[in-house]
Amino acid sequence: MGTLPLFLRLAGASLQGQARYPASALMLTVGQFLATGIEVVAVWALFHRFGDLGGWRLGEVAVFYGLVNCMFAIADALGRGFDVLGTEFLRTGHFDRLLLRPRPLTLQLMGHDLRISRLGRLMQGLMVLGFGTVQAGVDWRPETVGLALFALAGGTALFLGILVLQGTLAFWTTESLEVANVLTYGGVEAAQYPLAIYAAWFRRLLTFAVPLACVAYYPVLAILGRGDPLGAPGWVGWASPLAGFAFLGLSFMAWKAGVRRYTSTGS
Amino acid sequence: MNWRERLRPYRAAFAARFLQMLQYRSAALAGFATQCWWGGIKVMVLAAFYAGAQASAPMPLHQAITYTWLAQGLLALLPWTADPEVAQAVRTGAVAYDRLRPVDAYALWYARTTGWIAARVLPRLALMALFAAVLLPLAGWTDWAWRASAGAAAGLFALLSMGLALLVSASMVMLLNIATAAALNERGINALAVPVVIVLSGNLLPLALLPDAWQTLLLLQPLAALVDIPMRLYFGQLAGGQAWRGLGLQCFWLALFVGAGHAALGRTMRRLEIQGG
Repeated sequence: MGTLPLFLRLAGASLQGQARYPASALMLTVGQFLATGIEVVAVWALFHRFGDLGGWRLGEVAVFYGLVNCMFAIADALGRGFDVLGTEFLRTGHFDRLLLRPRPLTLQLMGHDLRISRLGRLMQGLMVLGFGTVQAGVDWRPETVGLALFALAGGTALFLGILVLQGTLAFWTTESLEVANVLTYGGVEAAQYPLAIYAAWFRRLLTFAVPLACVAYYPVLAILGRGDPLGAPGWVGWASPLAGFAFLGLSFMAWKAGVRRYTSTGS
Repeated sequence: MNWRERLRPYRAAFAARFLQMLQYRSAALAGFATQCWWGGIKVMVLAAFYAGAQASAPMPLHQAITYTWLAQGLLALLPWTADPEVAQAVRTGAVAYDRLRPVDAYALWYARTTGWIAARVLPRLALMALFAAVLLPLAGWTDWAWRASAGAAAGLFALLSMGLALLVSASMVMLLNIATAAALNERGINALAVPVVIVLSGNLLPLALLPDAWQTLLLLQPLAALVDIPMRLYFGQLAGGQAWRGLGLQCFWLALFVGAGHAALGRTMRRLEIQGG
């Protein structure tokens, strides 16, 4: 079986398993929708109180916010296997079983437990994106839609890369580390506002170390048709989402080193 | 039996759970790192909004920043999940042992729950104070630091109020525990409790920054007793007679939730069927 059909079959099996408990799946989805949607309350209340954010209007921030939440929702659904690698695979010894199968490891992990509930965050992000489109008057032309999809793919790759790194760390610690939440959930929190409002050291961190700005800030500037207040040229946003794929590539290199180091713990 | 003798089992239950939870040092450190990062982002966002403010805000920026650090430090105080030990006891049938003990069931669980919360809050709060109130100013970031209270009296009131907040939080977690025991499943309740608690306690944003039209309602709802009332005392926004009224409101919620929990636990326990062998 080829790579893609295999992935689809794994994902389908996972989804069907969750569909056996429709009430539970629905409740968890609604819970995700509400829990991830509370940030909307914060953004809205702050704009209601202060009017604008250093020249940025509510509708524009909604585009950043919506796009980043969609990226993370997809990556979070695909990366669940890496997220729980320590507790569910390494400590139990189930990882050996994956190694014995003559199919790519990363593929098996991505198809493992594709959570329906992540739709909650995805829908929330899409709704905010829709709101931002109307409020900021986003002009969706073929090239801006294409750029948004490119940025979405790059951002999904970036967040997936963070989850892969989190899984890689588990080869050393044999437990799932909460610290990675700083980059996943914390990354979403940071990238849902325009980068220009942050201090310089934080901007550099989000551009060169964990390139969130490359998948969110610069492409959205191009979509909004706004110049960068910090002076980056206009073409940057059309190319910068590539940084997300580069990050994922580096993460997989670290992952390979981790797998080589792996010794079984289970029985 | 005098009252000290009578309180002994509950004190022991509190101490046992407190000391047990203190063992989870790496969890506390990981939580602390996340909260520093989170607090840092929130502080930068608030500073950006304040810098371009057209209207005057109900609290100055340095108060909003102090509020943010303290709210992050008090994150584990928030009642968004039942004590996992209770859910486990109900599922495994171990709750039968608790029923056999010659003590008040509510008070026993309450003491344990308080210990569980206190042991998770105190180390994180201490670390947060060290980071935001000591290290940040030393590093020269005075503008973004956690500032001192508005005088000694305000500080004392805030300390007292945080103690009450712990007791109120435990009484709310008890209601979640009882709901868990009745439904045998905690995930659904937790999923719905989290967003409500984050917004209404003041963890998301200082309640004073939410729209003016909501302010009276926000102050009079029970979750304000957890973070917002202690913070208002800390800043001296509630002073003198109003300070006592703030503490009185916390006591009112405490009495209400303890009473409701006590009654609900009695009813649940009469209907509980012990499973397992």
